[in-house]
Amino acid sequence: MHDLVAITALGGTEPKIDRVGSVTCTETPGVALASVAARQGREDKTRNAVSQLIGAETPAVGKFTGGPIIAFWTGPDQWMIEAPFETHEDLAHLVKENTGDTASVSEQTDAWVRFDLDGEGVLAVLELLSSLDCRKMAAGAASRTSIHHLGCFVLCRASGSFSVYGPRSSAGSLHHAIVAAMKSAL
Amino acid sequence: MTQDNRLSGGQIDRTKTLNFKFDNRSYSAHPGDTLASALLANGVRLMGRSFKYHRPRGVLTAGSEEPNALVELRTGNRQEPNTRVTTVEMFEGLEAHSQNRWPSLKFDALAINDRFSTFLTAGFYYKTFMWPAAFWEKLYEPMIRRAAGLGSLSMQEDPDEYDKGFRHCDLLIIGAGPAGLMAALTAGRAGSEVILADEDFALGGRLNSETFSLNDGDATEWVKQSVAELSAMPNVRLMPRTTVIGAFDHGIYGAVERTGDHLASLPSGKPRQILWRIYAKRALLCAGATERPIAFENNDRPGIMLASALRTYANRFATTAAQRVAIFTNNDDGHRTAADLHAKGIRIAAVVDVRDDAPTSHDYEVLRGAQVRDTKGRLGLTFVEVELADGSSRTLDCGALGVSGGWNPNVHLTCHQRGRPAWNDDLAAFVPGADLPPGLSVAGAANGVMSTHGALQSGAEGAAQALGLKGPLPDLPKAEDTPISQTPFWYVQGCSRAWLDQQNDVTVKDVKLSHQEGFRSVEHLKRYTTLGMATDQGKTSNMGGLAIMAELAGKSIPETGTTIFRPPYTPVPIATFAGRMKGKEFHPTRLTPSHYWAKERGAVFVEVGNWLRAQWFPLPSETHWRESVDREVRQTRASVGVCDCTTLGKIDVQGADAADFLNRVYCNGFAKLAVGKTRYGLMLREDGIAMDDGTAARLAEDHFVVTTTTANAVKVYQHMEFVRQCLFPDMDVQLISTTEAWAQYAVAGPNSRKLLQKIVDPEFDISNEGFPFMACGNITVCGGLRARLFRISFSGELAFEIAVPSRYGDALMRRLMQEGEEFDVVPYGTEALGVMRIEKGHAAGNELNGTTTALNLGMGRMVSKNKDSIGSILSEREGLNEPGALMMVGIKPVNAGDKVTAGGHLMDATGPVDAAHDQGYVTSAAFSPSLDSHIGLGFLKNGGTRQGEKMRLVSPVTDLTVEVEIVSAHFVDPEGERLRA
Amino acid sequence: MIIHHPLLGPRDSSEFVYLGDASLINRPDWQAEDATEAFYDYAYLRDNPAGEHRELWFHEGGDRSWLVVTRNTATHEISKVELARDVARAQGRSK
Repeated sequence: MHDLVAITALGGTEPKIDRVGSVTCTETPGVALASVAARQGREDKTRNAVSQLIGAETPAVGKFTGGPIIAFWTGPDQWMIEAPFETHEDLAHLVKENTGDTASVSEQTDAWVRFDLDGEGVLAVLELLSSLDCRKMAAGAASRTSIHHLGCFVLCRASGSFSVYGPRSSAGSLHHAIVAAMKSAL
Repeated sequence: MTQDNRLSGGQIDRTKTLNFKFDNRSYSAHPGDTLASALLANGVRLMGRSFKYHRPRGVLTAGSEEPNALVELRTGNRQEPNTRVTTVEMFEGLEAHSQNRWPSLKFDALAINDRFSTFLTAGFYYKTFMWPAAFWEKLYEPMIRRAAGLGSLSMQEDPDEYDKGFRHCDLLIIGAGPAGLMAALTAGRAGSEVILADEDFALGGRLNSETFSLNDGDATEWVKQSVAELSAMPNVRLMPRTTVIGAFDHGIYGAVERTGDHLASLPSGKPRQILWRIYAKRALLCAGATERPIAFENNDRPGIMLASALRTYANRFATTAAQRVAIFTNNDDGHRTAADLHAKGIRIAAVVDVRDDAPTSHDYEVLRGAQVRDTKGRLGLTFVEVELADGSSRTLDCGALGVSGGWNPNVHLTCHQRGRPAWNDDLAAFVPGADLPPGLSVAGAANGVMSTHGALQSGAEGAAQALGLKGPLPDLPKAEDTPISQTPFWYVQGCSRAWLDQQNDVTVKDVKLSHQEGFRSVEHLKRYTTLGMATDQGKTSNMGGLAIMAELAGKSIPETGTTIFRPPYTPVPIATFAGRMKGKEFHPTRLTPSHYWAKERGAVFVEVGNWLRAQWFPLPSETHWRESVDREVRQTRASVGVCDCTTLGKIDVQGADAADFLNRVYCNGFAKLAVGKTRYGLMLREDGIAMDDGTAARLAEDHFVVTTTTANAVKVYQHMEFVRQCLFPDMDVQLISTTEAWAQYAVAGPNSRKLLQKIVDPEFDISNEGFPFMACGNITVCGGLRARLFRISFSGELAFEIAVPSRYGDALMRRLMQEGEEFDVVPYGTEALGVMRIEKGHAAGNELNGTTTALNLGMGRMVSKNKDSIGSILSEREGLNEPGALMMVGIKPVNAGDKVTAGGHLMDATGPVDAAHDQGYVTSAAFSPSLDSHIGLGFLKNGGTRQGEKMRLVSPVTDLTVEVEIVSAHFVDPEGERLRA
Repeated sequence: MIIHHPLLGPRDSSEFVYLGDASLINRPDWQAEDATEAFYDYAYLRDNPAGEHRELWFHEGGDRSWLVVTRNTATHEISKVELARDVARAQGRSK
């Protein structure tokens, strides 16, 4: 086991948690990510491999499925796989083993920062951040959006519970935008 | 001061008193007041001075169409100029100042302009200040700016926060009067997602200003019930204090919500205003109508107002401009004002009606067939002179005059996509035309339906039609359904100083002059006289001007033209458009994985695109940046240095056709690159100009990692997706950016291998034999952490780039520093990086500047002729391959100590210094600690054959002339021995 | 403006990056006799219609698809949106 100590995207040793009113914003570093893109003509095989990995139907446009390993749609014949970091740090390796040469797999774990937004009023926060119609997003919805010029993914985990993925290097700017929106809306 | 002009009733909360100041004088008001109603209640009619002539002015309207009563609201850094008193909601401690007057509102020295009005007519700028030309900037403009103008800026930074937001709905209803409320009830009850927005703080629109009944009760009761019902619907969102400012393409509406303007102070973190982008499947414009004035001599005195405004002040705000009031009207609605004021105990001096058959009253005198000829009263109206039907004249004592010239539907938003309103003879007004913005329909008075019943009905129908609702419409409350009765009447014959546009001081005389001088089209009229060009966009003035021009031209009004409107409907602070994108939040900031460590080390940072990169790492003893940079270069070249190069774009290219794909996007070949090897690649644009460069490392037969320059990462990714999807759609290749996923550090210098051997796990052989120059591979470090290693060099030294998952980047940097202590390891920043690449002669952004080709860069032979690659065909164009083409060279001063300056041009040692004799230019320059001399890179005609030549480096702009020698661009280790060590 | 992405539905145009004329898909054959002429036309010559225009938009803030959008330059009306990849294939482009 290596001896390098990780820091979170916001630069701390512990994830940052912010509460405003009824909404909590939690930096969530405990997640591993890998992208999967089907090779040409191998779309069905990739879908099957992803489906086996996540134990559910491979998600359609705008959706995520599975658990605890989930997949969300990121582009035509392309998905992001998400799994708990503690058990799946080398997720890309696992995904590649499952898909073989039917798909291209890239480690994406540290390309992203994840903030979980939970609580009543979260929709009022999100409408200051994203042009997505989050009121219409039900559990299992996943969509890419732009938040303060940052390309992000928004996942609705349950009613009143969302995850926002943004580029890791801009974690500070994204966090600032989210907390400012919380203070404004709540 | 007491509220002498306060009446009974109204929608103000008398249980609470609010204190405010106008021009430093204290007054009291109640919640529910606007600044306008509060000033009137306190007997203040004089509120400002006019733009050009500094004439005393009061309030003309009771709404956002107000042209006249503009003030500076609040103080200090929150001072806002040109705020309409009619839209300012009263709050405790409000402070406002009148503007455009000196020394005081009551005595304004520049009122002298009014005496010289003959010289200040339309077009006076063009005529008066023609010559001498030099006088314009120094004398005329400052003079005019001082004399004519609006409010002043605080000149301080706005301390408030502003938000932007996004909302979606099935139906956006703009305006919450009878039509809007009925539309919202219809749509809301049907379960549609509805947004109902109104610029006022009280929903209800005109119903709040009237005394007539709905369903046998007060109209305001029905408003309350309706608002309560709508508030309880989860699918309906009510947005009071929200002005829909524009109708944009495809059902996008801009709306400004004033979330904090009515508060004495903003709670921390709360925005003053929110700019909403509303995505509406359909929209219904229920914006009502605006009453228009009639022009007559001296019709701009404080106290002269729109009749409907007087009615609003009396009924809604329980206040009057004076205790004795006259009315001047061409229609029955003017009489309604007289009746309402009379009922409130106001003395009606008379109703002056231009119609011979005007209705009469038992309660007050009606002067049929009469006209107002003139008015008197220096700082406020004292009496009006009326010409009666028989030609005799009569004087009416009064402190206020209500004027009603009919109503104009508020068609503004229907014009925002070039829609032209249509003329309606019955109303003598423009109504929405047929070419509405797609998805928008219009109901109520905005559509020319002027009765309350009509408005309710068209609101319900409009909503049902827009949403395609089947089934019966909801029951409408019983309401008045009075037909319009009016005789079009625009101005009193014979008047000249009769104001049309009060904000820009445009009179009937100015329109006549414009016609006389040939500026007769509506567009010319507007620009010549500035009619309708003020912050109110001529809401109360355009029609009058148009009607007079039509009469002069002997044409009908629709033949003469229409005016259309642009967004925004009412003025919007620039800060609202900026939202949170100001200061350092203007764009997102990207931090490198070693950022926090670098900050601890006291690094100086530089912005590179959105990235913050360490520029150099000063030691406490160093006082000049050059000391730090020179040290970083020397120490790296002598032993080992580490630099964070995470910012380089990294793109994962995978798939069976990955190598073939790279062959297309790079001008040089990649098909034969062995697994475990890296190659430099040059990317061209299709026109043959260099676009970007970088390296491609082949990690597997079907897997490459491509790097781009920091600046072009986004553009190159986009380009590669274009090539993949649009040009070669059947290639099996998949792309994803991995820039952020990996922390990547350059470890450079003769001891770099020794340092890395201390952290790379022992099973990986990184000796020169095991891991030669340009090798790459997956490895593990520090006891098993997955990593990537590339033996590539930008500095020209033996060097590696090592990458680990970003979260471990901080720890890896600290480890490298710790393990490197024995080698005297140095962290280096972008400055040292730049110096070393110039010493080595590597091209970078300054050389790949969008004008240079592979040939210019000395890489002409890299462009493969044996394959199809982007840009290869056009790179062979004659024009790019002429003899004597620019070639990259090194530049060194002849006299030690002289400086080489980037941007300077190269001229022959003798001869003229001009563009015709230009030989080339310097792109990059630095002080080289390795050579102990300034050096530079640049492009020189025939540069390949001119080494050793002495030239002049000149920059006439900065008065620079330096004698330089042309040398090889490779100042350090030209044979590349260090790289391969 | 709103672009109706064939997969993602209505999306604000601010999520997209505009490139230009969709004729950029028709990249000439590099081995043709008149390749230089053809590439010159391809790289430099564009129609500039006031009316229907087929153009390329990149969904940068979305799924990274290139789209061919048929837009009326005079009214901004968008009558058709296709995946550029499908358009390219339909026009016979392959590898």
